[in-house]
Amino acid sequence: MPVTSLKSIGGAKFREGHARKTQILVLVVIVTNVLGNVSLSHGMHQVGRIVSASPLDYLRAFANPWTILGICVLIVWMLTDLALLSRADLSFVLPVTASAYVLVAIGGHFILHDHISLARWTGIALITLGVILAEETPDRTTKGPPERLL
Amino acid sequence: MKWILVAIIAICNTLGDVLNTAGMKRQGEVENLGPRSFAVMVKRILRNPLVLGGFAALAVSFFALLSLLSISSVSFAVPATAISYLLETLLAKYILGEDVRLRRWAAAALVACGVVLLSF
Repeated sequence: MPVTSLKSIGGAKFREGHARKTQILVLVVIVTNVLGNVSLSHGMHQVGRIVSASPLDYLRAFANPWTILGICVLIVWMLTDLALLSRADLSFVLPVTASAYVLVAIGGHFILHDHISLARWTGIALITLGVILAEETPDRTTKGPPERLL
Repeated sequence: MKWILVAIIAICNTLGDVLNTAGMKRQGEVENLGPRSFAVMVKRILRNPLVLGGFAALAVSFFALLSLLSISSVSFAVPATAISYLLETLLAKYILGEDVRLRRWAAAALVACGVVLLSF
């Protein structure tokens, strides 16, 4: 359906804007999840293995700029994820944001030249298919809060 | 012990996500994406028992994951993630009242299988 005819329907303009904001949140959730985890993991590898009972050694991990950046980005991820869950179904958000796995695998392949086995390529294909299927469903199917938990 | 930890991770992760979703739905939609509306959201979360309970469950899941990683390899954490996808979809349908039909079930199952295959 062309965009112009959508706008002519009452309330359609609002729904369109609503869906677009949800899509933006989905994108931010995926990107911050990937960048936060990659940065945190890079930082923790630089710090090295922590085999100690002393809390000081754990605090040392926080002195690494990559660790700090990773934690900050993951805080943004968490808040954006909560904002997304206020607008969309959990059963929509879960499969759609799983594309983060695909980005990490593909990114590792092209940037770090990680080897991707046939099994892993199959996994990437299955997740991508799952993301596409979920994207085709409406982002929210409930009205108001869940009654059974109130 | 390993499998008990896997079960704790899957159950607490699921519980955390379901409580967070229920709490955020009760709190109302975050309509604007600016910093001010996020600040209002955070302020409300601090008085939202469902989301605070969700955080607690996710924290238990996180520490169970750390213990699991200290006694076994990363590959043991994978089944917990895969199970969570299916369990959460089930609870989304029956507790959160979401309209989960064939497409969403297929999406959850494909992602769960994909996550397992990615660990090879």
